[in-house]
Amino acid sequence: MRHVVLDRWSRGASAVHRRDPRAKIVPLLALLIAVATADRAVPLLAFELVFVLSAGLWWAGVPVLDALARAALVLPFAASFAAIAWLGGDPARGLSLALKSYVSALAVLFVVSTTPLPALLGGLGAMGAPRFLLEVAQFLYRYLFLLSEEAQRMAGAAAARNASLRSWRGSGERFRAAAGALAVLFARSYTRAADIHRAMLARGFEGRLPTLSSGRFNVADGVFAAISSVLPWALRLVAAGSRQGIS
Amino acid sequence: MTSVIEVRGLHYRYDDGTTALNGVDFRLEVGESVALMGPNGSGKTTFVLHLNGLLTGEGKVEVCGLTLEKKHLAAIRRKVGMVFQNSDEQLFMPTVIEDVAFGLRNAGTDPEAAATRARMALEAAGMPPAAASRAPYHLSAGEKKRVAIAGVLAMDPEILVLDEPTTFLDPPAQRSLAAWLAQLPQAKLIVTHNIRFAAAICNRAVFFQEGRIAAEGPVLEVAERFDWDFTPD
Repeated sequence: MRHVVLDRWSRGASAVHRRDPRAKIVPLLALLIAVATADRAVPLLAFELVFVLSAGLWWAGVPVLDALARAALVLPFAASFAAIAWLGGDPARGLSLALKSYVSALAVLFVVSTTPLPALLGGLGAMGAPRFLLEVAQFLYRYLFLLSEEAQRMAGAAAARNASLRSWRGSGERFRAAAGALAVLFARSYTRAADIHRAMLARGFEGRLPTLSSGRFNVADGVFAAISSVLPWALRLVAAGSRQGIS
Repeated sequence: MTSVIEVRGLHYRYDDGTTALNGVDFRLEVGESVALMGPNGSGKTTFVLHLNGLLTGEGKVEVCGLTLEKKHLAAIRRKVGMVFQNSDEQLFMPTVIEDVAFGLRNAGTDPEAAATRARMALEAAGMPPAAASRAPYHLSAGEKKRVAIAGVLAMDPEILVLDEPTTFLDPPAQRSLAAWLAQLPQAKLIVTHNIRFAAAICNRAVFFQEGRIAAEGPVLEVAERFDWDFTPD
């Protein structure tokens, strides 16, 4: 079975991967706020942040071009809002929206691709995030793999009988078969979910997911968090100052 | 001998009206290993799901002297360690060590003690120390089975129930599993179609047919009586 790319990336052994999740969550929040509230020289700030994040991804051993492409998946959603601003007579605002969305997505991708999701959820829990939300996220993540595996098995079985997307074009019957397969996928996943719940009950589950103790926050984590949190704001000042210099 | 499981007159019907159990009487003694054999749909899995209260039918079920009722459920689930056929259903925590420690933490064991016992269970299951931090869904079928069993053994149950434990395992893994299970002191109930596997571990077999126990006796005798082994003509 092929597994989710981000999960693979997140299990690296670089210095970035070894940082405590909290040392990455806090700078992420700092960056997101810096980007969201920037109102001057946004294109230059976006360029600076993309460069820094790309350097960070390279340092962490994450495929940079692949990551840059995956971050762009957010653009179709941002584009609709950008288009509204553009058509409203404010093209600069439209561009700013799109750039901010891309940089934010890339920053989140940086954290998710250098931190296994369970560790990330543990870090959020240690920082006071609602436990129920984190447990739901943890199950959703586990189910992503289940759904992926079920879908791969069904796709393999279909391919073994010469089914392909190309053969569906212009064929209502095949489209209905695909819709039926999707329904079966969710039905099978629901059955698996019920079986998993049963296995949890057999080991004493009473509604809360118990965890073992999380990692310790050390000096290196502190230094990393401090520098990474300040950096977006420093770059924002540089970008704003450069724009003033130019004008 | 003292019985660890005693079942009298167990009946169960699924919501769709299917009668899965039609009056089952059964005893499991301390340290005994029993194979449950029979056709698909004969009630074997439905029967074992009653032993820790995952299903509740009509009749009497006693586990280690405790009657199966709501107030005893937590205690009974600590005494009955159940390993399901599909290990993926049993491995739901983010890392192997957290999964093995899951039952211990639910029982109130503190995190450090739970982690220590979990590591010991993984070692007993033949898993390397490095496996503890791996994601369960990255393991091979044989490794998943071992981790699933470790997760149950970590709770130190008195009874082990295994539903088709050789599913997805290659022959060497089956042999290794049989050797490991044979030396465990717990009473064991093994649902299986694998006669050689059952004979390697179990002193007795019961044969289910249409929701009832049709026969019981030594594994090979029961298998021969019902022609329950695959031998090409």
